[in-house]
Amino acid sequence: MGGYAGYVWPCFAFACVVLAWNLWSARRFHAAARVRAGRALAMAAGAES
Amino acid sequence: MNVGTFEAFTLVVRRELCLSFRRPDQLLQPLVFFLIVTTLFPLGLSLQLSLLRDMAPGVLWVAALLSSLLSLDALFKSDADDGTLEQLALSGQGLTLIVVAKTFAHWLVTGVALVLVSPVVATALGIPGSAFATMMLSLGLGTLTLSWLGAIGAGLTVGLRRGNVLLSLIVLPLAMPLLIFGAGATDRALSGVSPLGALYFLAALCVFTCTLAPFAATAALRISLE
Amino acid sequence: MWTWFYKLASPPYVYGAAAALAPWFLGLAVLTIGYGLVAGLVFAPPDYQQGDAFRIIYVHAPSAWMSLFSYTSMAIAGAIALIWRIKMGHAVAAASAPIGASFTLLALVTGSLWGRPMWGTYWAWDPRLTSELILLFLYVGVMSLRPAFEDPARGDRAAALLGIVGAVNVPIIHYSVQWWNSLHQGATVAKLGKPSMPGSMLLPLLSMLVGFMLFYGAVLCMRVQGEVLNRERQAKWVREAIKS
Repeated sequence: MGGYAGYVWPCFAFACVVLAWNLWSARRFHAAARVRAGRALAMAAGAES
Repeated sequence: MNVGTFEAFTLVVRRELCLSFRRPDQLLQPLVFFLIVTTLFPLGLSLQLSLLRDMAPGVLWVAALLSSLLSLDALFKSDADDGTLEQLALSGQGLTLIVVAKTFAHWLVTGVALVLVSPVVATALGIPGSAFATMMLSLGLGTLTLSWLGAIGAGLTVGLRRGNVLLSLIVLPLAMPLLIFGAGATDRALSGVSPLGALYFLAALCVFTCTLAPFAATAALRISLE
Repeated sequence: MWTWFYKLASPPYVYGAAAALAPWFLGLAVLTIGYGLVAGLVFAPPDYQQGDAFRIIYVHAPSAWMSLFSYTSMAIAGAIALIWRIKMGHAVAAASAPIGASFTLLALVTGSLWGRPMWGTYWAWDPRLTSELILLFLYVGVMSLRPAFEDPARGDRAAALLGIVGAVNVPIIHYSVQWWNSLHQGATVAKLGKPSMPGSMLLPLLSMLVGFMLFYGAVLCMRVQGEVLNRERQAKWVREAIKS
């Protein structure tokens, strides 16, 4: 990288980290929301019966 | 009895001033804080007056910013807590007028006080008398803008228990351009360059904020109170 | 004519649309970012002034652009939610915030690493850098305000208002390089007339820009699904939706 490798590669590495974090975090958030929704529905069903 | 708009405004302002002066310690606390914070800088940096002069505008402005923040928390809190705010909102004068009056009164008590005390502090930091006019004008405009930015933040956080830190977190980023131009104006006056450009920009920021902030602050209060 | 607008206000529709769109956005993002990376890192010639360091632009410029785009989306979604009382607007705004904040951080870090060899410093208090930093603080403010309320609907409305107020900063960031003497370079792409970059350098950059936007779309869709579920937990349609 013409001597600038120490600057260029960390930039791209951090970019990969940020993009990966976004995907992982969104997945985790959705999964947690599904669990909570399931629990809320189960409780509502339990309360009715 | 029918109260006109200006009459209502004056009434609320007078009420705020009355309440403020009833608790003189609450009035003095931000000023004392202002003095203490300004003292911290030379103590921490142990600079001679001549070197301190270069940093003085910034130090002054940061201290003014932080001390204004202290009193913002109380802008709506006590009235919201005991229901007075809702009564005022229902009074038929419109919540916006009440908000404008309360914020104006807050500026009179906090901002104007800071401006009046500033020459004392400025001398302690090595700012020469020639820069006082610019400094006081910039602080006057700046604290008014800050009172309005703070009103928005106070409106948003009035119902929260630990709203104080959040209030600062919200208001300080919005106040950063203010700091840049306010300190910049005083800085320019110090170096002998004309501060007019920065002062005009500061005035523009002030007008912009004073025009739009009342609606934002009222909307914020409505969200918190309804 | 307005039916599509009303559809957007319906939580099950938004949830379903987000679920369907996300993989498409992600796939296209992978393609465009992939091309951009390869073409930018390998095939684009080194800059005559900056050498290979200019390649940082392929992550710096898209992330900076996305930091502004996300904030604007967040502010608009919040405004729509406040004005027309469409709760899905709050879901989109809430989903946008962390994504935008991460892009802002990326822009600041890559910019800093680029500044060191080019300007000799990791940081300078110049208008563009300072206003981008303020943008990060604004994101943090909005993300901190929302959960502070006991009533989540109230938190949504407060965060929306704060987002709108902070939107004033966005044009300041964008035009800061025009309005003030700035260390940061001016606009190379988004200006009238010919862009000041040759095609071999420009095409990967445009591809990365589009790629980042598509990626934002994908992650937004994924997050919006979670946000919708959190706001519509008790609704009947949720039962079927989470079974799949």
